[in-house]
Amino acid sequence: MNRAVVKRRHRNDKIVTGISLLMTGFVLFTLGAILATLLWNGVQAIKPSLFLESTPPPGGEGGLANAIVGSLMMTALGIAIATPVGVLAGTFLAEYARHSRLAETVRFINDILLSAPSIIIGLFVYGIVVIGMGHFSGWAGVAALAIIAIPIIVRTTEDMLSLIPDALREAGAALGTPRWMVITSISYRAAFQGILTGVLLAVARVSGETAPLLFTSLNNQFWSTNLNAPLANLPVVIFQFAMSPYEDWRELAWGGALLITVAVLALNIAARFSAKQKARS
Amino acid sequence: MLETATVDRNESMQSRRNRFGMRFGDPIFRSVTLAFTVLVLLILGGVIVVLFDGAWPALRIFGPAFVWTSGWNPVTEHFGALVPLVGTIVTSVIAMVIGVPFSFGLAFFLTEICPHRLRQPIAIAIELLAAVPSIIYGIWGLFVLAPLFQHYVEPFLISTLGSVPLLGAFFQGPPIGIGMLLAGLILGLMVLPFITAVMREVFLSVPPVLRESAYGLGATRWEVAWRVVLPYCRTGVVGGVMLGLGRALGETMAVTFVIGNAHRLSMSLLAPGTTISAALANEFTEADGDIYTASLVGLGLVLFILTFFVLAIGKRLLLRSTKGTLA
Repeated sequence: MNRAVVKRRHRNDKIVTGISLLMTGFVLFTLGAILATLLWNGVQAIKPSLFLESTPPPGGEGGLANAIVGSLMMTALGIAIATPVGVLAGTFLAEYARHSRLAETVRFINDILLSAPSIIIGLFVYGIVVIGMGHFSGWAGVAALAIIAIPIIVRTTEDMLSLIPDALREAGAALGTPRWMVITSISYRAAFQGILTGVLLAVARVSGETAPLLFTSLNNQFWSTNLNAPLANLPVVIFQFAMSPYEDWRELAWGGALLITVAVLALNIAARFSAKQKARS
Repeated sequence: MLETATVDRNESMQSRRNRFGMRFGDPIFRSVTLAFTVLVLLILGGVIVVLFDGAWPALRIFGPAFVWTSGWNPVTEHFGALVPLVGTIVTSVIAMVIGVPFSFGLAFFLTEICPHRLRQPIAIAIELLAAVPSIIYGIWGLFVLAPLFQHYVEPFLISTLGSVPLLGAFFQGPPIGIGMLLAGLILGLMVLPFITAVMREVFLSVPPVLRESAYGLGATRWEVAWRVVLPYCRTGVVGGVMLGLGRALGETMAVTFVIGNAHRLSMSLLAPGTTISAALANEFTEADGDIYTASLVGLGLVLFILTFFVLAIGKRLLLRSTKGTLA
């Protein structure tokens, strides 16, 4: 074998290895840079008033209390709606109709919805709920968030239920247990951690969603917990405040951004942890 | 054991409620789950119907030409989707040009080079990048990257590439930071974790025998990745890229922050532009007049159809390459 060729091949290998190492380093650096920027700019906005006062007019003193509460309300309600829908649909796919035509179609559609632009979901809810009610409202925001969460929960529920060995189900059936009881007291119990992971991931995804809320819950400058009226929420407040020319608004936007990111990343890590425990048991 | 089970069962059979459950529980539970499954289907159908219905006033006036005419004038009520559509495609293409090689590099690193102990932590860090909400990318891009672009990157590009014939046309105009190039870069960064995750999984689906025989013949790691692994899972990789593209096309908030929102067609990638999603986010709640609103919904419809096909193709390719274990 030609020595020069071998040498060239090994040199190429080293070069490419170096490049891929650099790329990985760069991407990790970017993650670090984003987090560092958020901390650097956001920490000074984190003070008690952030959680106690409502969004101020430009130049005034205030916090993000109304937006935080609005976000929590909409996320909680959206997930409360999406969880039963998603879990039951996932159950049908994994337990009743594994390879049927319908299941294949729904699986396909669900995966499309999973990556479909969230702003389109916003338009959809606008067309139904906002036009139907005649005004923007917290409920419309809840609907939009629920529709975004459903595909995530369907997907993880189905995946987790498919991991349960059929022998468990057969053991249940052999005792004369009806199918629905096999599912509720065997499959669900065995897949509980996994389904919980899916719900947590859905919460994480939904709590940072901005685009669909622009057309549905809109925003509200004042303290309000009325779901029939426009409701303040963190992402839209961040969007408006960050784009504004006012220094104090921007500071609040950074504070809100830090809050959301910490919450979302913590949820993701929690979800991963719960999935890992499942894998170990 | 058997005896206890029988006794238990007999006892439970005593209660009427339970007998009801034995008899009707199954059909009820099955139809409830079926109903919610159908609901998922209805949502997608509903999205298409509602978008079409909302866009109808505009589509009736402009016809199919809505898609390829330019012009966006709320005063004369003349609208065409061309400019935002081109913006959407251009930014997504930039995102792919940046994101795909990076994803490949990362997947190569994670599957071939990285020491086993570090693989999981690095993969998790990359997935966290995917979890960061898009609005965070937006403000980071606007306040951190845009000034960097304005003062360093763009002047450099203009002075070097700007004078190259043909290619130079893409790098003209004043360096203002925000614009198509920055939007594309951020999009690339955002879709990178998704593509990396898919690539990594398809790379790992390659039978170890193939990899080992290549190594046995004396191939280097790069040769194994490029000549054995990649050709083996080409379909899956393309599928992953399509899924990433689908996400890039519809990404809204990050782009809205850094695109500049100008309804203008420009050759230069440094010029501000707009995308469908950014136009929607900026103008929808402020649109007055039925035709204006309907045109915006029409933009949404165009975007939805586009992403639907891109995602559907990506999904099909992935299914084919991994026989349903992925995506």
